[in-house]
Amino acid sequence: MKKIIKYVMSDILQNRIVLVYTFFLLVTSLSVFSLEDNNSKGLLSLLNIILLIVPLVSIIFSTIYVYNSAEFIELLVSQPLKRKVIWLSLFAGLAGSLSIAFFIGVGIPVLLFQPNAIGFMMTGIGILLSIIFVAIAMLAAVKTRDKAKGIGVAILLWLYFSILFDGLVLFLLFQFADYPLEKAMIGISALNPIDLSRILILLHMDVSAMMGYTGAIFKDFFGTGTGMAISFGVLLVWSILPVWMSTRRFNRKDL
Amino acid sequence: MIIASNVSKQFGKLNALDNISVTCNKGECIALIGPNGSGKTTLIKSMLGMVVPDSGFITFNGKNILQNWQYRSEIGYMPQIGRYPENMTIGDVLDMMKDIRGHSTRLDEELVQAFGLTDLMQKKMRTLSGGTRQKVSASLAFLFDPAVLILDEPTAGLDPVASEILKEKIIAQKRKGKLILITSHVLSELDDLVTQIIYMQDGRLQFHKSIERLRADTGEEKLAKAIASVMLKMQV
Repeated sequence: MKKIIKYVMSDILQNRIVLVYTFFLLVTSLSVFSLEDNNSKGLLSLLNIILLIVPLVSIIFSTIYVYNSAEFIELLVSQPLKRKVIWLSLFAGLAGSLSIAFFIGVGIPVLLFQPNAIGFMMTGIGILLSIIFVAIAMLAAVKTRDKAKGIGVAILLWLYFSILFDGLVLFLLFQFADYPLEKAMIGISALNPIDLSRILILLHMDVSAMMGYTGAIFKDFFGTGTGMAISFGVLLVWSILPVWMSTRRFNRKDL
Repeated sequence: MIIASNVSKQFGKLNALDNISVTCNKGECIALIGPNGSGKTTLIKSMLGMVVPDSGFITFNGKNILQNWQYRSEIGYMPQIGRYPENMTIGDVLDMMKDIRGHSTRLDEELVQAFGLTDLMQKKMRTLSGGTRQKVSASLAFLFDPAVLILDEPTAGLDPVASEILKEKIIAQKRKGKLILITSHVLSELDDLVTQIIYMQDGRLQFHKSIERLRADTGEEKLAKAIASVMLKMQV
């Protein structure tokens, strides 16, 4: 397994796109911190960029990478290797390199400018989001044979998690405005890793005071140790479940 | 060595394999023959575990190959169209395979040298011509001195010199008592190689005979003519 991860990682890290991605994140985070005189304001701006860019790059890059490694996968499958090992190595390689890219691009500047709990949390959540969207991308890629269709599905998934989901939640909130939905909202937020990450970080910033009554309920839940543990657990499930499903699928796939 | 029992596989509505049962033993050199789309490659791929049959099972040395992967270390496979990671060099691919297979036992690098690949080691896979890719595939199949060789259209795309080198190599391996499975459309070059013929059509096994039987049955000396006469008979 280590051998294949080594080949996948060295292949990805040589890839220009990942270098550009790292560089872009680095420039963004450095400029955000130098533009704002208040570091926690900078963190907030950075958060919005990360929640948009990290899932997008992770899901699209991974989908395309899996399709482009079709030959590599085919070659490996005819060798004395377990399919599970091949697939998980591919996942580990992708998730590892994108996490490294994120850590260099965002993690290091954030920990330099904001070496506190929020800074650490943001780095951790960014890495988790990278992993989650690599996992989702691999599930999308293993389920669709056609490359163009697979990439389309990946883009739609990103659109759903980043934009459509919020629209749906807003719609629900307006439709059921007469009912107390605050508690249900906590459950609903678990259905979207991006939203969950956003809430988790926002509630640990001072701006959470501006979120009104829902914010207070959220703070009651996410602010506590148990709430945070549960949310991180949910994020872990979001990364493990797609990997598990795609591995099962890959085990029976015809190449 | 390899036994397929009632293997069936469907791709959508197409019956790629229809209840195929074959037995391949050590020391045999088997030619898989049939028109395009008759399921030869699918049969080979299911033996390698690359395609999972819908029903039936395949055993290798008495063990079911489903969920089993170690058995592939005894197989050298040369695909019909060798596809390799584009930005690796020939040297990288060879090193990677050695690394993955982890064979510390002696490597058979005769073909690498005979094909002159040693001078091309720094070339990227994407810059290679189809013939050179085939040479890489062939070298990889023979590299680990496996007990079973599965060659899918081995000489397609090779120049006459290379194809002659490969043929010599196959004959040498046959003498060592290995099981060799070949699919090919160029029947004339199979004449002095094969001992058994498997003929497939529309995913069904038409016959599995030794070449002597086939010659006796059809009264033709050349394999190409013998097969042609069989095909004619089947159409009638």
